[in-house]
Amino acid sequence: MNRSAIDLWVGIFVVIGIGAIAFLSLKVGNLTSVSSAPGYHLDAAFDNIGGLKLRAPVKAAGVVVGRVERIRLDPQSYQAIVSMKIDQGYQFSKDTIASILTSGLLGEVYIGLDSGGDTQMLADGGRIGKTQSAMVLEKLIGQFMFDKAAGAPVSPATPSQGVPGATGAPNAGPAIAGGTK
Amino acid sequence: MRSEAVTWALRRVGERTISSIERFGFAARFSVAVLTHSPAALRRLRLTLREIYFSGVLSLVIILVSGLFVGMVLALQGYEVLTRYGANESLGILVALSLVRELGPVVAGLLFASRAGSAITAEIGLMKTTEQLSAMEMMAVDPLARVVAPRFFGGIVSMPLLAALFSTLGVFGAYLVGVRLIGIDAGAFWGNMQAAVDFRYDILNGIIKSVVFGVAVSLIAVFEGYNARPTAEGVSTATTRTVVASSLSILALDFVLTVFMFRGIGV
Amino acid sequence: MSVVEPGTVAPTCPTETAVQLSDVSFGYDRRRPVLRGIDMTIPRGKVVAIMGGSGCGKTTILRLIGGQLRAQRGTITVAGQDVMSLDRDALFALRRKIGMLFQFGALFTDLSVFENVAFPLREHTDLQEELVHDLVLMKLNAVGLRGAAQLRPAELSGGMARRVALARAVALDPMLVMYDEPFAGLDPISLGVVGQLIRELNDALGITSVVVTHDIYESLKIVDYIYFVSEGRIVAQGTPADVRKSSDPFVRQFVDGAPDGPVPFHYPAKALAREFARAQ
Repeated sequence: MNRSAIDLWVGIFVVIGIGAIAFLSLKVGNLTSVSSAPGYHLDAAFDNIGGLKLRAPVKAAGVVVGRVERIRLDPQSYQAIVSMKIDQGYQFSKDTIASILTSGLLGEVYIGLDSGGDTQMLADGGRIGKTQSAMVLEKLIGQFMFDKAAGAPVSPATPSQGVPGATGAPNAGPAIAGGTK
Repeated sequence: MRSEAVTWALRRVGERTISSIERFGFAARFSVAVLTHSPAALRRLRLTLREIYFSGVLSLVIILVSGLFVGMVLALQGYEVLTRYGANESLGILVALSLVRELGPVVAGLLFASRAGSAITAEIGLMKTTEQLSAMEMMAVDPLARVVAPRFFGGIVSMPLLAALFSTLGVFGAYLVGVRLIGIDAGAFWGNMQAAVDFRYDILNGIIKSVVFGVAVSLIAVFEGYNARPTAEGVSTATTRTVVASSLSILALDFVLTVFMFRGIGV
Repeated sequence: MSVVEPGTVAPTCPTETAVQLSDVSFGYDRRRPVLRGIDMTIPRGKVVAIMGGSGCGKTTILRLIGGQLRAQRGTITVAGQDVMSLDRDALFALRRKIGMLFQFGALFTDLSVFENVAFPLREHTDLQEELVHDLVLMKLNAVGLRGAAQLRPAELSGGMARRVALARAVALDPMLVMYDEPFAGLDPISLGVVGQLIRELNDALGITSVVVTHDIYESLKIVDYIYFVSEGRIVAQGTPADVRKSSDPFVRQFVDGAPDGPVPFHYPAKALAREFARAQ
């Protein structure tokens, strides 16, 4: 095996190896999407985030516009503060509603943004005022049984504020989270 | 009698432990020596390229074929289980994540250790037995720089590439079985996969794993070869030790790395 | 790096005595010394043989001279430098002036014959390829193997491999060449060839040669002085003429090839009567 043949084969090997990495990154993974694009941060407070995890998508009208970056508990208000990174190209009004939703019954939990009519837009570091927390299954069932027992017409659990987001994929619904997570 | 046998056994255990620790310290010093000789090896680029050929290119066949089969089996088994939950459109996600996070680096690493690692050990051991390493020393050429370091770096460069190729062929094999054979929707297959596999989290971690495995396997292979007893049995023992030690290291390191990397995206 | 000019006999050893061993003791294992109190003087330009039975420490002496081993006691001086006090760079510089022929050749199996001989030239000099090419062919020609330059070591016979290794050992025109069992396992013709090459190269290149061997016949033909080593000590020494006439029992046993003598035939064992007829 002479030198040029070895060089040739090593070159081919390295090229297809890097090609495989590129294929995996682009076709199998999501390298071209939002993760490294420039963006700004928004915060939102929720009573219950349910099964929301870090890096969960933030969607508006079903389109991924950002990712959840940080989740922490506010020690004063005992609310969950979620920090999101939103793509630079998207602006949301000050009266945007953030809801925690599930894609499908067993799907992943994500944040849905519903932009409102306010002319003023949220800036970097802004706080989304209106939020809808995740639905906790036990509380739903408890409410259902309480209503049943009280003889009142069964009503769906009322959201804390605003309108339940009807965003996301066709089978999206209020996030129903198991109590233990 | 009984007490003598017991003390003898205890003494053997003690000797074994001490010699293992000695060996470990020796290995550590050896590793440092190899690393300090790296600049010299990188200047002999030609030698390193040759070693990439011998450990990487010559492993291509086994890696590609194994990757393909592993992917196909994953698809078959995965489909069988996912259908029960009506989640067969997640097959792409299952296969891709399994391969990229775990199977790619680990299985490619194990195959690499058996094929290339043992070859490196045998080669260096044989050079030691036939006094070629001694001859090199006497000619004022450091065998660590000329023989050991190029093989070490050849292994480190080859491993991540082989792991990526393994994963790629695996995904392709799963595609063949899932979409072409079974009939899952191609769009769902690729689309769900792309949405679930994150570059930084999954693929990059997989690459990091394969680099770490490459370092471990290459280091063990050159160490065992360099310190083999210069006889036929010595070389064969060293080769076996390389495969066993490399395989165990890969699995142990995989556990440690997985704990740190994939701690679960929870709060 | 030094540039070796073709055609000139490089000035070899700067001192009268090429190698000096003084009261050298060494053992791979502390408790069992292989060499005890060895004193040896190897003058410049001579061919000196170190002889003795198998496993008596002859090869160890070569490794001590080359600095691959450190003696536990005594000093080893090569061309005026104390080998054990040299740091790594100085030791490597010294080794460039020493050539060594290993038992069975120790050629690099992944390189061709040409590349094997070119190895020290390429590693230690900045010579252009044409010059290296000519030098290598010159060295191969000196050992009679110029036509075998493109063969691989696996394709060579034992004698040919030994000769290629010899060409490689003298590639940089060293001042000292050490031979480890150069005659082991060779047919009579190859024996004669190798012996003659050792002598001729020594005289033609003005180098000093140390030959470790137990081939008494060939050695008596070509060497200037012989040291006999047994059980770690020098038991006899002299010129070939002295050795032939010697009445020392060890030398006599060695030269005559007698099975029993100072080196016993029987490995130490129990008395005969106690070993057999154990049923008693």
